[in-house]
Amino acid sequence: MELFTNQVLAGIATGAIYACMALAVVMIYQAIDHLNFAQGEMAMFSTFIAWQLMQWGIPYWGAFALTLIFSFVGGIVIERALFKPLAKAPVLTHVAGFIALFAIINSVAGLTWDFTIKQFPSPFGSSPFLGSQLISTHQAGMIGVTLILLVLLFIFFRYTRVGLAMRAAATLPESARLVGINTSWMIALGWGMAAAIGSIAGMLIAPVVFLEPNMMGGVLIYGFAAAVVGGLTSPLGAVIGGFLVGVFENLVGTYIPGVGNELKLPIALALIITVLVVKPNGLFGRTIVKRV
Amino acid sequence: MSTVQDVSTAPVVAAVPKKAMALGPLASLIILALLIVTPLFVKNFIIFQMTMWLIYAIAVLALNILTGASGQFSLGQSAFYALGAYTSAILMEHVGVNYALTLPVAGLVCFIAGFLFGLPALRLSGIYLALATFALAVAMPQLLKLGVFEHWTGGVQGLVVTKPDAPEILASLGLKVSQDMWLYFFTLAVTILIYIFSVNLLKSRSGRAMMAIRDNEIAASAMGVDVSLYKTLAFGVSAGITGVAGGLGAIAVQFVAPDGYTIQLAIALFLGVVVGGVGWLPGSLAGAAFIVFVPNIAEHISKGLSGAVFGVILIIIIFLLPNGARQLAYLAQGLIGKLRKH
Amino acid sequence: MNCRNFLRTAALSSAAFAFLAFSTSANAQKKYDTGASDTEIKIGNIIPYSGPASAYGIIGKMEEAYFKMINDQGGINGRKITFVSYDDAYSPAKAVEQTRKLVESDEVLFVFGPLGTPSNTAILKYLNAKKVPQLFVATGATKFGEYKTSPWTMGWQPAYQSEGRIFAQYAMTEKPNGKIAVFYQNDDLGKDMLKGLKDGLGEKASMIVAEDSYEVSEPTIDSHIVKMKASGADIFVSISTPKFAAQAIKKVAEIGWKPMFFQSNVGSSVGAVMRPAGIDNAQGVLSLAYAKDAIDPQWKDDEGMKKYLDFLAKYAPFANPAESSAAYGYGQAQTVVQVLKQAGDDLTRANIMKQAASLKDFAPDTLLPGVKINTSATDFYPIEQLRMMRFTGEKWDVFGPPIDSKLGG
Repeated sequence: MELFTNQVLAGIATGAIYACMALAVVMIYQAIDHLNFAQGEMAMFSTFIAWQLMQWGIPYWGAFALTLIFSFVGGIVIERALFKPLAKAPVLTHVAGFIALFAIINSVAGLTWDFTIKQFPSPFGSSPFLGSQLISTHQAGMIGVTLILLVLLFIFFRYTRVGLAMRAAATLPESARLVGINTSWMIALGWGMAAAIGSIAGMLIAPVVFLEPNMMGGVLIYGFAAAVVGGLTSPLGAVIGGFLVGVFENLVGTYIPGVGNELKLPIALALIITVLVVKPNGLFGRTIVKRV
Repeated sequence: MSTVQDVSTAPVVAAVPKKAMALGPLASLIILALLIVTPLFVKNFIIFQMTMWLIYAIAVLALNILTGASGQFSLGQSAFYALGAYTSAILMEHVGVNYALTLPVAGLVCFIAGFLFGLPALRLSGIYLALATFALAVAMPQLLKLGVFEHWTGGVQGLVVTKPDAPEILASLGLKVSQDMWLYFFTLAVTILIYIFSVNLLKSRSGRAMMAIRDNEIAASAMGVDVSLYKTLAFGVSAGITGVAGGLGAIAVQFVAPDGYTIQLAIALFLGVVVGGVGWLPGSLAGAAFIVFVPNIAEHISKGLSGAVFGVILIIIIFLLPNGARQLAYLAQGLIGKLRKH
Repeated sequence: MNCRNFLRTAALSSAAFAFLAFSTSANAQKKYDTGASDTEIKIGNIIPYSGPASAYGIIGKMEEAYFKMINDQGGINGRKITFVSYDDAYSPAKAVEQTRKLVESDEVLFVFGPLGTPSNTAILKYLNAKKVPQLFVATGATKFGEYKTSPWTMGWQPAYQSEGRIFAQYAMTEKPNGKIAVFYQNDDLGKDMLKGLKDGLGEKASMIVAEDSYEVSEPTIDSHIVKMKASGADIFVSISTPKFAAQAIKKVAEIGWKPMFFQSNVGSSVGAVMRPAGIDNAQGVLSLAYAKDAIDPQWKDDEGMKKYLDFLAKYAPFANPAESSAAYGYGQAQTVVQVLKQAGDDLTRANIMKQAASLKDFAPDTLLPGVKINTSATDFYPIEQLRMMRFTGEKWDVFGPPIDSKLGG
């Protein structure tokens, strides 16, 4: 029983990482109606910027704020330079563009900062949280930040003009244009926001997994899975999905005899697919009705 | 949660007319002649490169059938490639089956696997299907490493495969054919067979049904097309062909190991389809050339930044040719047409 | 046979004989195979500069820099080294393609330092069939060093298996009633070292109470550590690469577990593992080493390390001294230069192999004191000595003599 509780707690701690990344995934999906495969690398690059700023002597929160601005602008620049010219190209061409972006960012980061792992500070410290050695104050802080982001996103998409306009631009571009929304800039704005959220995710994840150019590879797979299982249109679903995946994966690894540990990820993914087969839009996603 | 929403049913893939999916007879003959003659004049290692090029072309073609013809999207082709490779390798090394006979088995095993995978995938589309196939690609190397199968798969160490010699009958006819040369022509023959099969499949009733689903699924089902059957069938055929490519790959490389079939391979095959032109079968050759040669160009330009150079080349290609090599071919066709008029 | 024919044959054969005699006397010192000449020695190499293992690309860059230094110093016996290094992206298919390009198109004398077990397994058969040396492969898998079955292939670093064996010996002496939990990377590194550990324990293999593997795609390994602690083990063996090694050291400390902690050599770098994991968390961790750590203060005045750091400053300013892969590339390149020096003017592939198999007490600058490279016609494992060490304060304290880890014995 103790092992069970411990694994659940450890799963929640890890799930916080996935939830954080999943939020960024949902954000970009709301903006471009698609997943961005380079999102993890963008987050990694932002985190390196923060690290570099701190190496130059800028205090944590200063570096944090600067990185946020850098990422927001960077996201918009990437959209304007790379994806706006491709607006008319097929979706698959966009995916190829994401892959190219992935390769470029990863390679540049590797050359600039090399591949040795780097310690990344946490503003929350790393002592045990409420006496539990399994969840550190950092991980608790991370869950807190994720929840705050969630609330902000919820308000943004539901109650602000820009948020509503962005949703309209992503789901019904034609109609949105007709009511006077500048859909092109909405997409750019979405990229900027997704990059900024991604950078927060990166800076929160780095203290746990260590900073290095490949740190987001595995995280992004889980982030996608979490976002998809929760429903790509729902920030709340994405966060819940993150925790579910984290806990579930640990239980598979611990309690399925024989192959559980070796096939942790495949079994978790298989279950996610099962969820999708039953509920094709995720647990909390909007139902989409198709018409001819 | 109950928001009901209209979604424009824009297909993932721009519709490609049926006729435009293949090359004209003259162009086909020229390419075929080049494929036959070139290896006679180049070094063995270039023949090996060309063999790999053809093998990837088969795999790209397989994905092209799935994406280009039936409109389904897969990032998991490396899984079927691996399954085919391991089937061939295990049959050759553990059972002692002739290499040529392992290929149909590899194809069949992968067809069944693909068909079965296509069943749950039926309920998924677009981004969800992409994730499901992506999961398959991530899971495959871990399955191959699994202790239970280690006796057959060699576990993390992989399995070394013996390269076949040219048949003795050629030697008795006084022809000296090296192993590389033989494997190349063998691969070429398989490629041609698969190409002809694919072109005919797409022209057939089944092919038309798949394309109807691609262009508008709901309309197709209203017209009486068995959507589930043709979608899973497309998955099966695509996986089967990929499996044959995987088997050939195992024979050419003489080695199979879990590390050879990671998500990187699935991404490479996907890029091959985009670069070659979605839905245009001859583009598979161009796409495969991208897979084999562009990384070499990238590392030639810069070793430290080869990944970045690769990305930049890819971006340049998709900027100039958002529809891949198909666009280039149409341009050329247009030019030739103009010249003829003059 | 008539007279004329006889005469002609005789003339021809004597001419041939004379030619042979002439050529042997004139070229008594100089013999070349493809890839070598009076002015040049061409060496081929494949390494992942891109793809998932691109972190190891630094090894190739270091080797290139080292050969540049040798060339600046006048080359080897007057010959300049041309180093042709290609990217295999850690894919066996690409490795075969690039190796064939090296041998058939670039026509290198031999292939040096190809990296990774899958890539090396893929090219082993080809190179042995072509009789091209596959020298100093960058992997610790035991199969690269079997002089009987693959006489053209030689390893370099200590075999992963021997590391497992040596630690097994240590554990049995120090904690004969201990319970071992093994945490390993699910690849050739992990499986080989686990085998070594089990072989070393022999009849006492039941000391292992838990085994758990991880994939490199896992973001964190917390769950494994929690599980291992619950197994009740008091010896923890972590067979892991730097990122996961650091995570494990940190997590074990965080959850208040205090086992005898053994860390595999590949994840024991001070700068790339111990410091990020937290110096406090790393106290008392045990490991094995054959090379010096460039940023470990204890080697500050060491002759070899001074040479190495001077080299970094002058020829490889891009390299981070904390990266153990950088020192690895340096050590490998230095060994191959020694082989070429020994080969003298007989630059045939057979002689390269022969010289590689007759290294005697050779000590590259970066190896620990007492660790020496020895090879022979029946010993294709160059580095076979390891030393136990314990992390104390800010550095590794080496203790005990170099332990010979001959796999045969």
